[in-house]
Amino acid sequence: MNYIKNILLGIWHLMQGMYITMLNFIRPKVTECYPENRGKVEPLGAMRGELVMFHNENNQHRCTACGICQMNCPNGTIQIHSKTVILEPAGEDGTPAKTKKVLDKYIYDLGSCTFCSICTISCPQNAIEWSKNFEHATFTSPKLLNQLNHDGSSLMEKQK
Amino acid sequence: MFHFEVVTQWIDEFLRTYLTDVWALLIEYVLIGVVILGVYAVLALVLIWLERKICAFFQCRLGPTRVGPLGLLQSVADMVKILLKELIKIDRVDPFLFRLAAFMVIIASICTFGAIPFDKGLLVIDFNIGVFYLLAVSSLGVVGILMAGWASNNKYTMIGAMRSGAQLISYELSCGLAMMTIVMLSGSLQLSEIVEQQAYAWNLWRGGIPAIIAFVIYLIAGHAETNRGPFDLPEAESELTAGYHTEYSGIQFGFFYLAEYLNMFIIAAIATTLFLGGWQPLYIPGWDAFNSTMAFIPPVMWFFAKAFACVLLSLWVRWTMPRLRIDQLLNLEWKILMPLALINILLMALWVIYL
Repeated sequence: MNYIKNILLGIWHLMQGMYITMLNFIRPKVTECYPENRGKVEPLGAMRGELVMFHNENNQHRCTACGICQMNCPNGTIQIHSKTVILEPAGEDGTPAKTKKVLDKYIYDLGSCTFCSICTISCPQNAIEWSKNFEHATFTSPKLLNQLNHDGSSLMEKQK
Repeated sequence: MFHFEVVTQWIDEFLRTYLTDVWALLIEYVLIGVVILGVYAVLALVLIWLERKICAFFQCRLGPTRVGPLGLLQSVADMVKILLKELIKIDRVDPFLFRLAAFMVIIASICTFGAIPFDKGLLVIDFNIGVFYLLAVSSLGVVGILMAGWASNNKYTMIGAMRSGAQLISYELSCGLAMMTIVMLSGSLQLSEIVEQQAYAWNLWRGGIPAIIAFVIYLIAGHAETNRGPFDLPEAESELTAGYHTEYSGIQFGFFYLAEYLNMFIIAAIATTLFLGGWQPLYIPGWDAFNSTMAFIPPVMWFFAKAFACVLLSLWVRWTMPRLRIDQLLNLEWKILMPLALINILLMALWVIYL
């Protein structure tokens, strides 16, 4: 009796499985046809495409060149070149010149980045963020070395 | 109803009017060989494309879409690739058996393919022991597989071939017994005769319950004989890399690959011939308008439609079930399918005698 029951159960389970696969067969497919739908489909929410620096409409960024991201980066992807600008020259009475460290170049090497996101988490100013651009292919590796701050950009004024 | 017989007979008469019998026969042999190989290759390409597409659909993917419309030329491109590939010479194999094995497998498959009645008069040879011939020739493939496993001198291929031998030989039993039930019903081993008898009712309806049981047993056992689906342990890639064809490359691997896909079609074609009426159209007693419309469709179309329906069923099962263990596989055969098939033969005998 158990024998016949087993056979019928086997057939029943086979039919259950085939029902499930049939549902998948007629379901809309999840494949994205990439070059055809280029630009039409946004990658999903937390996509880490490449590191970018936020600039507002006046070409101002929030990076203070503190270097925390450079220190935290596990594989030396980020290099910050800062320069010192003189706000007020040294006084004749011996007061030292008022200077400020500002960002000159924010160099980001896409080739060695592991997209761990420690830099964006540790940034105190939220100056850098992830973009969803995933088309990174270049013909030569030096092209992977990007400067993130735009030319002629300056530090954003603190909003009070 | 248009039968292909007309065309073949016309060719025969045409040749015989211009040539002596010997030459006409020779040319016919060559023609048949070319046509069989051509249809074999084209069917294999279609089946590979179908398999990839259907597998993809079951897994919620799109499958090949790039080469040609709907990826139709994908398998043609793959064929060109496999033809151009290098045949790697492997150290310490048995060179003669190693090369022979691939041919054994594909020749067994082609021989079986030739005896399938695609239409009235559209089969290479119409033996009066057709079913026996099919069983005998299709089991030659096992020899090729064992040879491949042995000659490769590799433990994976050896284990794969041994598994395959155990599997194919045991499943051949219930496969043959299921075919025998239909032979009992028809009272003939000749394939054309079996198909002719099914003009008004397919064997599946004519034989009642025993025929339906035999059909299910045949589908399971036949599926196992193709080394596919849940029964693909001879080439279980997680344990045996690729089983008996691990060491093969280029077109030698291509032979195994082609034979595997064509065996799937051959099993479906035999199921069609024996159980689903071969090239006979669907006939429902009393529905005259329906029957005449059905008879309008060419018999070759009917044959391929039924065969591809069986292929689809096989693919469906393949992509549904996970792989069995070897003990489960043999238990299924020796403890369930074979006793059932034996009882079924008895049932069929009673059916034939009393109904």
